[in-house]
This record gives sequence, structure tokens and C-alpha cells, in this order.
Amino acid sequence: MSRLLLIAFDESDLNSCGGFATALGLPYDALLLSGNSTVGGEKIFQAGLTAIPTADTVAGLLAVFVHTYSHVAFVSSMRSKDLAARIAGILDAAMITDAIGIESPTTFLRPMVAGAVIATVDAEPPVFITFRPSNFAPAELTAGTVVPMGIEPAPGSKVVKASAKTAGRPDLSQAKIIVSGGKPLKDAATFETVLGGLADALGGAVGATRAAVDTGIAPNELQVGQTGKIVAPNLYIAAGISGSTQHMAGIKDSKVIVAINKDGDAPIFEVADIGIVADLFDVLPQLQAKLPGARS
Amino acid sequence: MRILIPIKRVVDPYAKVRALPSGEGLDTAGLKFEINPFDEIALEEAVRMKERGEATELIAITIGGSECEEQLRKSLAIGADKAILVETTSALDPSAVSTELAAWAKELQPDLILMGKQGTENDENQTGQRLAAKLDWPQATFASKIEKLASGFQVTRETDLGEEVVEVAQPAVITVDLRLNEPRYIALPGIIKARSKPLERATPKTALTVKVKTRSYANPPARGAGIRVNSVDELVAAIAAKGVL
Ligand SMILES: Cc1cc2nc3c(=O)[nH]c(=O)nc-3n(C[C@H](O)[C@H](O)[C@H](O)COP(=O)(O)OP(=O)(O)OC[C@H]3O[C@@H](n4cnc5c(N)ncnc54)[C@H](O)[C@@H]3O)c2cc1C
Ligand SMILES: Nc1ncnc2c1ncn2[C@@H]1O[C@H](COP(=O)(O)O)[C@@H](O)[C@H]1O
Repeated sequence: MSRLLLIAFDESDLNSCGGFATALGLPYDALLLSGNSTVGGEKIFQAGLTAIPTADTVAGLLAVFVHTYSHVAFVSSMRSKDLAARIAGILDAAMITDAIGIESPTTFLRPMVAGAVIATVDAEPPVFITFRPSNFAPAELTAGTVVPMGIEPAPGSKVVKASAKTAGRPDLSQAKIIVSGGKPLKDAATFETVLGGLADALGGAVGATRAAVDTGIAPNELQVGQTGKIVAPNLYIAAGISGSTQHMAGIKDSKVIVAINKDGDAPIFEVADIGIVADLFDVLPQLQAKLPGARS
Repeated sequence: MRILIPIKRVVDPYAKVRALPSGEGLDTAGLKFEINPFDEIALEEAVRMKERGEATELIAITIGGSECEEQLRKSLAIGADKAILVETTSALDPSAVSTELAAWAKELQPDLILMGKQGTENDENQTGQRLAAKLDWPQATFASKIEKLASGFQVTRETDLGEEVVEVAQPAVITVDLRLNEPRYIALPGIIKARSKPLERATPKTALTVKVKTRSYANPPARGAGIRVNSVDELVAAIAAKGVL
């Protein structure tokens, strides 16, 4: 029988699951590794973990748990790719990475070559899916019966140290406004003052190119693109970003892209809705002072 | 320590790739093929481990057509001691590749499998995790730093929130991210020396059954061209007019 299990690491994942569950159109349950939501599906399995164990220590147990489902879906992220592929490997099941569309419960659309091409792929159940929430119209999840569930990690890789969630700016993958910058931002302090200043004034998030992250201008969790985060804000301001295919792969679903670049031939202008050929160090502070609604 | 390094041949990661008008594949006419950039980083790391005396033997392995010999020769030039080309013309997916790689790992018994986190052509990011599952080995994905411990590795991983440091016992699978290292430029002596290194051609050990079949390929709709403004005041007005603030 066809049935979907949504696996959420926490409630923020669950918030992004409604659109996918609705688009797939199968009856569904949810497994919440941490948090205590009572919406998520007909049954909501709550593992109640305070720290998420490493993928190799829980995949075996989860493989046994999920084997009655025809579809197992996760919000696309680094942590979900780490875990989903390990469980799929144990079960020798099909897996679709980064689904962006559903034709039927066995046919999905997914991007490849940094989003330059869209592939239509067929997979027989059981199928594991990581999906990009911004490609599915938001929908509510069903309220259901809570079922407590114990998870006992097996031996495997051990976490020695981990970054914690930083409070403050909105999460990149959920942000409505993103101010993003590249290599010309010079150093971490300049990046933080110039880009961070405008982002805070607009209540938005900050993003960065790989070049900015590689040179230590921005921390790696801010990288947007093929190998970083995929974003879909209402407004994406790209300052000093050339517009490589790898970066574009992460921003194409933005509603409005604004490009600020000194070089009028930069490829970012081919995709920008609004472009200005200018120095970002001139433009950004002025935007902060002049944009309606910006707090200076 | 013996290290196995799976190498994938991919279309030039910096090229603009389109789908064929027929929808039957990618239009790669006139494009170069390269070692998947993530695999080149994995290989570079393995070579550095050997240079530090932590590794003794580096084996590069590719599953694919005879054209992949080019990437394996380059791997030998970078510093692999030996290369294996598992020849097939079948369509592959991460399930088929990881099953085949697991069979080779059982025979070759490496202490470490070091590989890219994803292939830049398919962007699947599955093979390493699936391979670790099949071997029942620990995994450390998306590595940006690797240190050898007495009988394992300490790995700094890139995560959604930043970084995480994990310890894995060997044998293990480690998949690498872009910031692990900067691959070296291949010098001419390496290229010449590589000609005499062994490149074994082998037949697949498994059935190479795929779980996901690609039916067709298409180009996404292009974003329409936008407007250019000439002053910050025009820019402010243009953004305000979009109603996204
Ligand atoms: C396998 C692989 C994966 C990758 N993944 C990603 C990814 O996920 N995300 C990503 O971003 N990149 C990724 N890259 C890297 C990508 O190819 C580019 O190198 C990178 O995006 C370039 O960053 P940039 O725009 O900051 O720098 P540059 O290309 O150097 O561009 C800087 C731009 O700033 C402009 N400029 C300079 N000074 C000013 C100024 N004062 N005011 C205004 N404009 C100015 C310049 O005209 C130029 O256009 C990947 C590459 C590979 C090979
Ligand atoms: N045909 C192949 N031959 C050898 N290694 C491969 C092959 N396909 C994938 N890999 C390895 O698996 C990694 C992840 O690829 P993927 O899961 O396809 O994104 C790559 O970086 C390679 O190390």
C-alpha cells in the first residue's frame, strides 16, 4: 500500500513539509526526531531527541522503522542528504535528491548540472526523496495522534564539537529578503558592516558566494549555490557577485533579483530583474538610508 | 594505510550545459570532460596523506566507459599508485555505483574510502553514504578538514549550521567538500611517470541494476531579462515598485 512518511529533524523542517505531502497526494505520517508538534500527519512519531545523533548511528534503526512505507521524504539539507542516502543504501532503495516537482508517485523532476537542466526520473517504491520546499505551494499538514518513540543510537561516528544555531537573522532557506555578497567584500568585518547592516535594516538574512566563503569573508553556512543553500526569497540583492552558474543554481527561484556590479558585462545581469552598474560600497549604504521601510 | 578513491568523469563543471533538443540527454558536443572537482580534492588529500607518511597505497577506481581512461591517467599523474577501470556502457545511478564499489572494497580492503560528496553532473550526493551503508562502515560526509588518529580520523564537517567535528574509526568512508584543500597543478614529470603506472581494466562484479531511470532532460524556463537603472534613486524606486519590501 502507498503511504508517505515525512522525516523531520525538528519543527522547522515540518513547517516546510505540507506542500510536498499535498502534492504527492498519498496518506501520510510524520517522524519528528526532535520537538513536539501535534501536526504532521495521521500519526506523529515523536523521538524527542535533544541532540541529533550522527547518521551512521541511527540509520539502521530507521531502516527497520520505515520499511512499511512506499515513500520517505525529507526537506533537502546537508543533514537530510547525509541520513537519507545512508538509509536508502541499507534498504537498497531508490532515492531522488532535490525533487522540485511531482508528475506521479513514481515520476519526479529534479535539477542537475547546477540547475542548468531538469531531469524527469522514474523510480519504483520504496523511494526516498529529499525535496526543495520552495518548489511546492505551501499547505497545512494534518493534525494527528502522537506516538512516542525511542531511538537508541548504535556505535558509529562520534560528535566532538558542533556549531550551535545562531539567533538573530532569519534562516537563509526561509528568508523573505536576502542581501548577498561576493569576493569584493574584502574581509569579515566589511562584510558584516556593509551587507549585514543593510540586511538588518530590512529584517533580512545575509548570503555569500563560494569565493567569499573560501577567502574567509563569510562563514560557510552562508554559502548560496550548487553546493551551498538553495534560497527563494521575495528579494535577493546580489552585491559584487559575478553570477557563476554554480551561484545562480541557488537563487533562480527568487522572486526579484537585484544586481549591483561594477562590470556591466557580468553574467549576473542576464538574470537580474533590476541591475545597476556601480560600486557596491556606494550603493549599499545609500539603499540602507533610502529604501522604504529600512531601519537605519 | 591503503586508500581507495572513486573517481567520476563529468562534463566540464564551468561549461554552460544544455539538454539535447530531443530531450534524450545532455548536449556535450565540443565540451571537455574532467575529473569531478570534488574527487580531485579527495585525491589531493590522499596524496598529501601519503606524503605525510600516513598512507602507503592509493588506488583510484572508476566505473564507466573506456573514455574514462583519460581521467584515470590524470589521477595517476596527480599521485595515485594504481587505477582500476571497471568497464561498462550501462546507465548508472548511485545505487548501482555504490553496490559495485562495495564489491571492490571487499576485495581491496582499503582502510579509508575518500571520495567527492557529489558529482557535479548529476548533483546526487548519495554514493558515499550508500557505500558506507553497504559496507556497514562509519561515514563522515562533507569534510573540510581531516586528521589521522591512531586508528581512525577526526573530521571537520560542513553542516547546515556551520561546522561539526566528528571522530570515525577506520575503515571509514569520508566524502569531501570544496574547502578541504586546493588541488595541485599537475607537473610534467608526474604525467610522464603516470604512463608507467598500472591501469587495470576489469569487468563489473555486480549486475549494475539502477533504481532510478532518467526518462528525459529539459532546459528550465529562462528568467526574463530585467531593467537597468542609472542611479540609486531609480534603484530604490524600482525595488519599491516590485512590492517585495
Ligand atoms: C564544483 C563547484 C561548486 C561551486 N559551488 C558554488 C556555490 O555553491 N556557490 C557559489 O557562489 N559559487 C560556487 N562555485 C564557485 C563559482 O564558480 C564562482 O567561482 C563564484 O561563485 C564566484 O564568486 P564571486 O561572484 O564572489 O567572485 P567573482 O567571480 O570574483 O566576482 C566578483 C564580482 O564583483 C564585481 N565587483 C568587484 N568589485 C566591486 C565593487 N566594488 N562593487 C561592485 N561590484 C564589484 C566584479 O565585477 C565581479 O563580477 C563552485 C565552483 C565549483 C567548481
Ligand atoms: N561511475 C562512478 N565511478 C566511480 N566513482 C563514482 C561514480 N559515480 C559516482 N562516484 C563517486 O561518488 C561520488 C558522489 O557522486 P554522486 O552520488 O553521484 O553525486 C563522486 O564524487 C565519486 O567519488
